[in-house]
Amino acid sequence: MTGRRWYVPWLFLTPALAVATAFFLVPFANTVVLSFTDASTLGGGTFTGLHNYVRLAHDPDFWLSVRNTALYVAVVVPCMVVLPLLLAVLVQRRVAGIGFFRAVFYSPVVASMVVAGLIWSWLLSSDGLVNSLLRGLHLVDAPLPFLTDARMLLLGSMAMTVWKGLGYYMVVYLAALANVPRSLLEAAEVDGAGPVRRFRSVTLPLVRPTMVLVATLSAIAGAKVFAEVFTLSSGTAGPGGEARTLVYTIRETGLGLGGEAGYASAMSLVLFLGTLGLSVAVTRLNTREERA
Amino acid sequence: MTSLHTGAAASASAPASASADDRTAGAAPGPAPRTRDPRRARRAAGLAVRYLLLTAVLVLTVGPFLWQLSTSLKGNGERVFGYPPQLVPHHPTLRHYGEVLDTVPVLRYAGNSLVVAVGSVVTNCLFGSMAGYALARMRFRGRAVAVGVFLATMIIPFESIMVSEFLVARSLHLTDTLLGVMLPLAASGLSVLLMRNAFRRLPAEVEEAAVLDGAGEWQRFRSIALPSARGTLAAVAVFSFVFAWDDFLWPLVVLSDPAHYTLTVGIQYLSGTFTNDQRVIAAGTMMAVVPLLALFFALQRLFFRGAGEGAVKG
Repeated sequence: MTGRRWYVPWLFLTPALAVATAFFLVPFANTVVLSFTDASTLGGGTFTGLHNYVRLAHDPDFWLSVRNTALYVAVVVPCMVVLPLLLAVLVQRRVAGIGFFRAVFYSPVVASMVVAGLIWSWLLSSDGLVNSLLRGLHLVDAPLPFLTDARMLLLGSMAMTVWKGLGYYMVVYLAALANVPRSLLEAAEVDGAGPVRRFRSVTLPLVRPTMVLVATLSAIAGAKVFAEVFTLSSGTAGPGGEARTLVYTIRETGLGLGGEAGYASAMSLVLFLGTLGLSVAVTRLNTREERA
Repeated sequence: MTSLHTGAAASASAPASASADDRTAGAAPGPAPRTRDPRRARRAAGLAVRYLLLTAVLVLTVGPFLWQLSTSLKGNGERVFGYPPQLVPHHPTLRHYGEVLDTVPVLRYAGNSLVVAVGSVVTNCLFGSMAGYALARMRFRGRAVAVGVFLATMIIPFESIMVSEFLVARSLHLTDTLLGVMLPLAASGLSVLLMRNAFRRLPAEVEEAAVLDGAGEWQRFRSIALPSARGTLAAVAVFSFVFAWDDFLWPLVVLSDPAHYTLTVGIQYLSGTFTNDQRVIAAGTMMAVVPLLALFFALQRLFFRGAGEGAVKG
């Protein structure tokens, strides 16, 4: 269908394009430019070349953020690829009450990260439910410092991410499982393949593209982790900010009075390139394995 | 609470049928299990294991919510920690919900969140479908560039541009306003591309009659294309609502006056600034999450559809 007047399509596109331009393209271009300056949030800034990037290379807080974020991605992604798939297989068969189970499994997805964070910080606090259970069952003598030790705080955040994301990726996998032809599974059964064998030889290869998709989505989401750590630590990222993540440090550095917008922009670009790199890496890894 | 009961009941009844070939299970329904059919026994056992696993996951997913609900209802004299944990409050009370209302203007925060979320629904549905319609049903120079722009907004993480985003908002005098919270979410690339895909699936004949009748593009869009794509439109609406309602980082960045806080920022503010009483914090979180859970259970189908379509992207 051809528009009779050339500008008609653009009239339809203008509002959405205006939003995309004003709130994505312009800030992105601005981020690139600022990263080469010493601008503060108050304004100003002169061109300083690669100075911000050199500074990044020697900034222990930045490297700590990168390490924590990388650890986060490395732990969360395998969990997100595997656990929701198993869950999807579990809820795929339409046994009685399955709609109820599916809905409840999805409910954490609907809650906001702040709500989840407050719920979990109460669960994980020194006199919270988890520690009460562990102590009551004599598994530990003293409460575990889930919220006051940087490592444990990260671990708690990861658990929370998985808890909150399980249902979402379960639904994604359910859609993929629905596309596995029944006839193939039945043929395998006739050939004497047990459930595990059927899953490995028939289902798994067919849902593989979805696993790659889930890996990519959860890796990108993991690289952007913020709210989990922020809410579990009441905004401090643990004692001395030891559990800081990249986004946490960007916000701390670049916003607020006298925030270093230029320096934070350099960090932001690292984050952007990181997410881009992650999605390329996942796809690469997949094609290589497929060839093998 | 009821949900846990149903789950437990289901798992309790399943093992009973699994042992149907036991002499003691004479009352078990179904044909007399005198002939030992190993296949049926195995299937029953499989079903039992299935319900057992389902119940275990159920406890893990819904348990934290229930524990929070229980904490929020416990009286001041009741213990909220210690072993064994006590799930059902002995003296349930709603007083902590009142305390939340007295401490922070939760209703105002909820109102702010509602304004942002509804605004986001309206703009995403309208702008998203307009743009999606042009991209799907019109041929014009620059279309590929426009698609590229919307794809780019999905590839650029918001977190990586938030500092500049704040600067943009400030130069437009949007900081500390709800409009400032809303505008960046007003037409997400996801909404545009989901609508584009929906319009693409419409057969060309649908619009041909209207073209012959001399209907203009806007008329065709409004009275033919849009009603045909209302399933996706509903998914976009649900998506936009939940995203805006749950959004935390951007409101945290752009709002500094507590009077303008949205619910997510306000609840975090409540717990950090005003109280350490877990019962009050729990009441606050319940007030933030229950409306959304209710919406979800009422519109499940749309949520699942949104998740399925959202993940597949452009």
